[in-house]
Amino acid sequence: MTSVLDRPQGRHAGAAPRRRLLVVGNGMAGARAVEEILARGGAEQFTITMFGDEPYGNYNRIMLSHVLSGEESDADIFLNALPWYRENSITLHAGVRVDRIDKFTKHVFSNDGRVTPYDTLIIATGSRSHMPPMDGLYTPGGSVKHGVFGFRTIDDTRRMVQHAEQEHHRRAVVIGGGLLGLEAAYGLKSHGIDVEVVHSGGHLMNAQMGPDGGAVLRRSVEALGIRVHTSSRTTAVLGGDTVSGVSLRDRDDIACDMVVVAAGIRPNVDVAVLSGLPVERAIVVDDRLRVQDEDDIYAVGECVQHRGEVYGLVAPLWEQAVVLANHVTGVDTSSAYLGSRTATKLKVAGVDVASMGLHGPELDTDEHIVFSEPSRGVFKSIVVRDNKMVGATLLGDSRKVAYLTQAYDRGLPLPEERIALMFDVGGPGEEAGVAELDDRAQVCNCNGVSKKALVAAVKGGCTTVSGAMDATRAGKGCGSCKLLVKQVVEWAADGAVEEDPAASYYVPGIPLDKPALMAAIRKQGLRSVSQVFTALAPGSAEDAKSKMGLASLLKMMLADRYIDERDARFINDRVHANIQRDGTFSVVPQMKGGVTSVQQLRRIADVAEKHNVPLIKLTGGQRIDLLGIPKEDLPQVWADLDMPSGYAYGKSFRTVKTCVGKDFCRYGTGDSTKLGIEIESRFQGIESPAKLKLAVSGCPRNCAESLVKDVGVVAVEGGRWEIYVGGAAGAHIRKGDLLATVDDPEEVKLLAGRFMQYYREQANWLERTYSFVPRVGIEHLRAVIVDDSEGVAPQLDAAMQASVDSYVDPWSERDDPLTPGQFRTSLPLTVLPQVPVR
Amino acid sequence: MSADPISTEPVSTTEPVSTTSHILGPVDQIPFGEGRAFGVDGEQVAVFRLRDGTLRALSAVCPHRGGPIADGTIDREVVMCPLHQHTFSLETGCSSTGAEPLRTYSVQEDAEQNIVLKYPQIRGNSLA
Repeated sequence: MTSVLDRPQGRHAGAAPRRRLLVVGNGMAGARAVEEILARGGAEQFTITMFGDEPYGNYNRIMLSHVLSGEESDADIFLNALPWYRENSITLHAGVRVDRIDKFTKHVFSNDGRVTPYDTLIIATGSRSHMPPMDGLYTPGGSVKHGVFGFRTIDDTRRMVQHAEQEHHRRAVVIGGGLLGLEAAYGLKSHGIDVEVVHSGGHLMNAQMGPDGGAVLRRSVEALGIRVHTSSRTTAVLGGDTVSGVSLRDRDDIACDMVVVAAGIRPNVDVAVLSGLPVERAIVVDDRLRVQDEDDIYAVGECVQHRGEVYGLVAPLWEQAVVLANHVTGVDTSSAYLGSRTATKLKVAGVDVASMGLHGPELDTDEHIVFSEPSRGVFKSIVVRDNKMVGATLLGDSRKVAYLTQAYDRGLPLPEERIALMFDVGGPGEEAGVAELDDRAQVCNCNGVSKKALVAAVKGGCTTVSGAMDATRAGKGCGSCKLLVKQVVEWAADGAVEEDPAASYYVPGIPLDKPALMAAIRKQGLRSVSQVFTALAPGSAEDAKSKMGLASLLKMMLADRYIDERDARFINDRVHANIQRDGTFSVVPQMKGGVTSVQQLRRIADVAEKHNVPLIKLTGGQRIDLLGIPKEDLPQVWADLDMPSGYAYGKSFRTVKTCVGKDFCRYGTGDSTKLGIEIESRFQGIESPAKLKLAVSGCPRNCAESLVKDVGVVAVEGGRWEIYVGGAAGAHIRKGDLLATVDDPEEVKLLAGRFMQYYREQANWLERTYSFVPRVGIEHLRAVIVDDSEGVAPQLDAAMQASVDSYVDPWSERDDPLTPGQFRTSLPLTVLPQVPVR
Repeated sequence: MSADPISTEPVSTTEPVSTTSHILGPVDQIPFGEGRAFGVDGEQVAVFRLRDGTLRALSAVCPHRGGPIADGTIDREVVMCPLHQHTFSLETGCSSTGAEPLRTYSVQEDAEQNIVLKYPQIRGNSLA
């Protein structure tokens, strides 16, 4: 029956053929196992093939809550993107599910019809959202009803964000008040959705804490504007084609537009069951992570049951992957996994939560030390048995977590004065806590970074906290361990830790926030980047990472009084073009409002032909992009084009997208093209903390997508114009906030200019308007920009006017390069002029 | 060591690995605080002129994705590749961002304001 079509394996004459390692599952467990195997020289031993249900590389599932809340873009959470697989010669079948394993002939059958042989198999199928039984969850066709979401995958998260962003979706119900449910609620809340959490347990996060802690947590969650229903079971999802609400047992229905089911997870064991592998609550493995009674099949992660335990946290997975890799590669066959003591430490809905062991006393002789301060959201509970700590719950204050985790893991003797467990009362301080921390202790659970790895980074020269975080990725997950990371780095550096460039600095090399930096520049009359370094940087040291931000800031502040030092510019701004992956540049001529002419098109065509431009592309900002131009050809290309720069390269005003407008469009109510051209003519090229993309639409159909622009203008009936600010539709999606509705296009230009100037003066370096606007608040912006509540409008307008007046088309530098060799090639790809040898 | 700048013969030195010196032309072809790329014996070398006037030379190709190092932003210590902001010490070539190191070369300005690059040679053959 298992007649299997297979390629002959005789390719490696001579060399010993490598064994075939096949991994079912491409999540955090599967990928981590492969990373550990590669780290043990696995690439020499195996040809590796991975199957993943999701059509992506592997990503950090823990970070999905940050994607949902908009704190991270989904691109940022990838642990290994697709090139990683190529670089490590791993064959990845992404978006392909394995249906069955034939353990006798050693083949797997996948749903694309493929039959793949293996010598060693690793099952890492993870788990899925549990959908508790309730009416109306599914459509008659068997799929989940529109508006009902799990919260498990990147696709789940994207769909939720998409659904939440739709204007008419205002209310959500999250089923489940555990970790995941609260994260979902918090994330949806940040999209402006009203959220109610329905939890069947008696208190929130009952898997991690007792009722008293749950009550304090509830208070903190409700303070965020999230309503909580405990001891309450959802019996039905209401609505026909789409969700309209939920029914609860013993309570009134709740109306809503979306339902998120976060009622726990279940291991994915279907493949294992179907293939005759031993499955109880999950796939049964031994201390080597080998599936029971199988010689060549291993399993790892959430799909595994080890000594009766099934783990749903990430920390055990890291430990399992190490043991598995030791056995699969044969590096250490004595290695054994003995189970994990799960101490959870995370940030849930903005609240620090740590939990380990017992939630409360169980024996009469157990000591229970409790501190509760609900108004600050702080709760601490510690259970002591026989002078050993057997459990702890900490909420809202994680300062003692490192020490307590250690005390719990290793059964350290406890201070007689138990209060020292909770607070620093002159006893062994945090320093001591970190020093006692075991080398192998995991500091960052999200990215699996041990104390040892952090210490190694510090010894290797990363003597700042952020440097060590960059090098190890510690603290780059949920962020709850940042304090501990800081303590470990400080301890490892033995007092030699350098002052951390604080997050509030405008640029990392000058220890001042933006207002203080601008005040110092004004006060001391500084006019160039090198003057700023000399006057304000510690030790007057230049800093490469700070140069570009300072150059932009000085130009904004000083306009034509700025002394321009070209070395302070990023390469794009030195040569007025956008550097591409191969070191060539892209050239985008200005095409105001996306309106062009026969002459322009003909010229662009001629230039593209003359210079053999490899790619001509229409951009999203309604211009024409000529890609693949070598640096040394830029001046000639500009000369041949004889058009001004379109600024498709800078942290600056980029472009104004417009729709057809009222001259031709039969719906148009305002002359959007004319206004767009005027806006672009006025503000062309002004520098700003991050790029600015604008649009003008001639009617509420909004064909120029004004609602998702940094500044977007929409003509509405009655000759009026709406101005939206802070929109985005790139890595981050946000609908702009309505700043004002005005009668006159001149008023549009005035307020748009005033807003942009305020943004230029107030925003942090590289902070796009989609972050800036919610940070300062639209009400505040309206007050300052429209109502002039602070009396700064005249200064803002004058400053913007000065910037407008000092505009010079940078492409005019073509005839007279500003620096020697400004356009000389740096390309490693071309043969450079050879110099004589002496 | 100041050898005759117009000689075109490789000059052996007393170092264990022999080096040859190359004159890359006048130093003022590099603006202060910037870098320029040179082809030397088939190798690409990025030479930087710091704002204090001293010179540094490194391999011109970023080991990460082949970015043009000479187009990078520098300060007194490091150069930052323009493509993905990998950072390398101008002195040692070591990366502080986890990339493979860049090769460094000894470089000086001679009495005629020319850039002089010392280029290591193994048994008289250029490195591949």
